[in-house]
Order: sequence, then structure tokens, then C-alpha cells
Amino acid sequence: MLRLSYLAPLLAFMGLTAGLAFSLSNDPRRMPSTLIDKPTPSFNMASLDGKDAGFSNTDLKGGVILLNVFASWCPGCRVEHPMLLKLAETSGIPIYGLNWKDTRSDGSRWLARHGSPYIRVGSDEPGRVGIDFGVTGVPETFVIDRTGRIRFRYPGPLTEEVWRDEFEPLLKALRSES
Amino acid sequence: MTQPQLTRLALCAALLVSTVLVSPSRAVLPEEMLKDERLEGRARVLSQELRCVVCQNQSIDDSNAPLAHDLRVLLRERLLAGDSDRQAVDFIVARYGNFVLLKPPLQWNTVLLWLGPLLALLVAIIGFGRYVRGAAANASAAARTPALNADELKAIEAILDRRSSV
Repeated sequence: MLRLSYLAPLLAFMGLTAGLAFSLSNDPRRMPSTLIDKPTPSFNMASLDGKDAGFSNTDLKGGVILLNVFASWCPGCRVEHPMLLKLAETSGIPIYGLNWKDTRSDGSRWLARHGSPYIRVGSDEPGRVGIDFGVTGVPETFVIDRTGRIRFRYPGPLTEEVWRDEFEPLLKALRSES
Repeated sequence: MTQPQLTRLALCAALLVSTVLVSPSRAVLPEEMLKDERLEGRARVLSQELRCVVCQNQSIDDSNAPLAHDLRVLLRERLLAGDSDRQAVDFIVARYGNFVLLKPPLQWNTVLLWLGPLLALLVAIIGFGRYVRGAAANASAAARTPALNADELKAIEAILDRRSSV
């Protein structure tokens, strides 16, 4: 007679394997944002470089846009910067900047040196606007839909691959939303 | 014991006690602290239960990360503004999610986390019970087995003798 208890070690092993397999793909650095599908927090930031009239949450309504969080002290931002410049030129999607926990002089010097992909850049020296967005580090990029709700958050530098696999399908879907 | 020996012993004891008494260093800076000791005490307790989102296995009370500093200050501002403990923590949870709670709330997706140890204990108790009952059944079965009679014993001895003589 085949006793069921003989199967217990096998079942336990299968359970363990399933758990470990799940953990492999479960990166704690990619914390889910609680703000997905919620309206952007309200903010009103001074312009970083004085070239625009500052940046508040009312500027974000009316179209699908990217909000990119960056800082001059952040190496990952330097890495993704050419990608942002390219997107600003070719993708047609408006990119807004949030200069996070950075001094205005450092931030604007950094933008002047590397070029600005942003339509508007707000200075968030105390970092509070970033905290309202649930920012855990820089760079971080949010997709905001035409009603001003946050639809996606990507922590880490943007690359061609990330753009193709994660952003483009979403943007396509968002643009077809009426 | 001689006098120097006693002194040395006392010194060793004092060192040993001091290692126990010294509290682990925290990241909280003096200028972050609130003047109101009761509020500061509440802030310390709350910030020990909030996870730093940069160095994820530390609380914001432990972490030296700049963002942890910002969150400590923010938490204290909320308390100063009259928030209850619950409201102040909820303020941060609204931005970073339940992920920042080092003690996760009991929800459907954390049930296994909370009840897992109990479940494991239950399985162990059941397994142990079955094992004990099985052992007792074996023992009583052995006791019921009739002893060998004289003829059988003789036959066995004969076999053993034959073997040892070879």
C-alpha cells in the first residue's frame, strides 16, 4: 500500500522550490508604489534654472507625460541622461523634471553641462515633493496619464530595453484611452 | 586574593558590565530631536518600527541614509502638528506603502507570515504524536509475540554452532 505520508517530503520539497523560485524574481528593491492609479500629490516647486515659471501639479494635466526624478549627485542619472535627451527629441512625450535633494546651483549647473530634456524642472531641495511621490532614490521615472493620475513608477536608470519593454506598451495603451 | 588581583578582577567586571550597558548607536542626530521629551520618546518608538527604504533591513531610527533622516524629521513634524501615533505612521505609509512597516499588518497576503510558525508547530505536534503512537504500537506488538519454545531454541543453537565451526 502506498502511504500518503511517504509523499510528504516530496510535497515539502516542491513547496520549498516554489517559494524559492518566487523569491528569485521578487526583487525587494522594486517596491510596489502605493500611488499607482492615484492622483499626483499636489506640489508647487520653484524653477530650478529660472528658465521656466516653476512647476506645480496643475502643469501635469492634459496629456500623458513622464516625470523624471534626478539629482546632480546621482551617477545613475548621468547614465540615463542621454536616453532622456533622445526621448525628448524623438518620442514626442513631454518630460518634466524633479530635481531631488539637490542644491539649485548644483542642479542647474548639471543641466547646463549635460543638456536639458525637460519642459519644466522643479527644485525640490528639501526632498518633500519626492517623499510625497514615494521616491526611494534617484533616478526614478513616473508615467502620469491625461487625468493627472500616476500610472507607473520605474526606479533606476532608463535604458533602451526598459523603454521598449516597460514604457512603450503602457504608453500605447494610455494614448488609446479616451 | 591579593590586592592587585582584586583590582584586576573589579576592572574586568566593570568592563564586562559596560559592554552590556552601552546601547547600540542610533542614527538620530541631536539637532533632529524634539525639545518635548514625551514627543521625542514617541518619535523614537515609531521610527524604530518604520523601515528605511534605502537600506531596507534597517529602521529609519538606525539608518544613516539621507532619506531616513528626512523621514525622521517628517515624522517629528507630524507629531508636533498634533498627529496621533497612528496618523503619523499612516502619513508615511500613504507614500511608501505597508512595505515600510517593519511589523506588517495582518492581511490576507500576510496570513501565512503570521500564522506560518503556528502551522509549523501544529504539523510538528501531529507528527510527533503519530510517531509516539507508532512506537507504542510496535512495543505492544513485540510484547505479544510468543517466545521461542525449547525445540526452536535448540535448532537455532545448532545452526549457530555449525557456522562457528566452519
